[in-house]
Amino acid sequence: MNAKTLFGERVGRVLSGWADTIRAINKKYEKPRITMSPAVKIALMFLRIYLILLVVLLGYKFWTMIQ
Amino acid sequence: MDLGSTFFYKYRRFIKTLKIYLLLAGPGLIVMLADNDAGGITTYTVTGAKYGYGLIWFLLLLLPVAYVVQEMTVRLGAVTKRGHAEAIFDAFGSFWGWFSFIDLAFVNWLTLITEFIGMTAALAIFHVPPVVTVVIVSIVMMLMVLQGKYWTWEKIAILFAALNVIYIPAAFLVHPSVVDVLTIGLVPHFPGGFNGTLFFFLMANIGTTIAPWMIFFQQSAVVDKGMKEKDIPWGQVDTLIGSAFTVLVAIFLVVVTGTVLYGVEVESAAQAATIMMTTSPYLGTFIAIGLFNAGFLGAICISLASSWAFGEVFGWAHSLNLKVREAPWFYACYLFALVTAGAVVLIPNAPLVLITLFVQVIAVTLLPAALVFLILLLNNEEIMGKYKNTTLQNIAGTAIVAAIIILSTLYGITTLFPEWLM
Repeated sequence: MNAKTLFGERVGRVLSGWADTIRAINKKYEKPRITMSPAVKIALMFLRIYLILLVVLLGYKFWTMIQ
Repeated sequence: MDLGSTFFYKYRRFIKTLKIYLLLAGPGLIVMLADNDAGGITTYTVTGAKYGYGLIWFLLLLLPVAYVVQEMTVRLGAVTKRGHAEAIFDAFGSFWGWFSFIDLAFVNWLTLITEFIGMTAALAIFHVPPVVTVVIVSIVMMLMVLQGKYWTWEKIAILFAALNVIYIPAAFLVHPSVVDVLTIGLVPHFPGGFNGTLFFFLMANIGTTIAPWMIFFQQSAVVDKGMKEKDIPWGQVDTLIGSAFTVLVAIFLVVVTGTVLYGVEVESAAQAATIMMTTSPYLGTFIAIGLFNAGFLGAICISLASSWAFGEVFGWAHSLNLKVREAPWFYACYLFALVTAGAVVLIPNAPLVLITLFVQVIAVTLLPAALVFLILLLNNEEIMGKYKNTTLQNIAGTAIVAAIIILSTLYGITTLFPEWLM
């Protein structure tokens, strides 16, 4: 086995290790512990809209910069 | 009981209380003084040069703002024994968890670069090459955490934090008119009328008062220190004293630049220090040392906030009470953040101004989420029990959080599109 293949395998093992860790974290926190009351739902909805708006603004800035 | 005995009894009681406070003081004091980081010092310097004493009254308003937000992290950390990153994952699930965590890691790293920019600029005034500053700062910061005890780290950090008050004697050096400071500074008004530029300065001052890393840092520090529910009152006192100091330092810095540089076009604290060096070397030196210390204090808190968050999310051992072999990834994260952020500053022609502006924009993507999560968590009886927010705390907290979100968002947007303000 040459050095290139060995390196590739090692990188593959590291990446798959990371993917496993992320999957484990996602599984651990799959269900939000907080009760989804109307106030919580509204707050989370507000945050989603806020973030979408910011992303649109950042995109617009990027677009005007490259024009 | 005679007068002497009463006095002695009260004196003993005061000393005992002070000893307990000094034992429990830490996270609140450190985070608040670190709030006056390189970016904060630059904001206050430029504010003083632009508006003189005219906005001191506004800085006073920042005391309750800083206290109300940071006090919630004390309660949340002491009750849940979890850092903010882990608390978000647990309460709101992995989507919001990953969003907050990745955003925090990115914002913190960019902010760390700005701290290094401040430190290298400050020491460049004394002809210290940036590479020497970066290497020495990184070594000192590593040595601070490698001794293996949270308590020791905290006390060293408090010593550095104490240097932050250097602007108080600096203000006495410039002999400001106390009458002017009181009459112009403490009477709420908008110097030159309310316009776009003034609004930008108000937003910048609010923006520098609460940063996302502060919420994550203080909550994790409370957990690492091992504070329990019974320690909450001490944590609150600690945070209140810290808030008072952070505002005091900001006011004294504004007094310094408002006296010496009023009307001078200044863009940064380093530039202000260089100008002052020509007229008063002592004053210039004070400002430069203060800027370096501000960057250093900010850097130690920000890099730790990131390392704690990584440890919490990935389940690594993450405490300053652990040795390197016991928490290798925690210390590796800390070192990686330091070395890479320091290296960016050393890259010739690196877009440092762009990075500084970018930090403000990216920070507004995380700050509202972190603050909203804080309020929601503090209102959850299942999580907080009897320590949940009272109605009064909710009114104050929600109003302040709403104001911060609106103003910091507008600040971020005007940084992105300055032409919209004019």
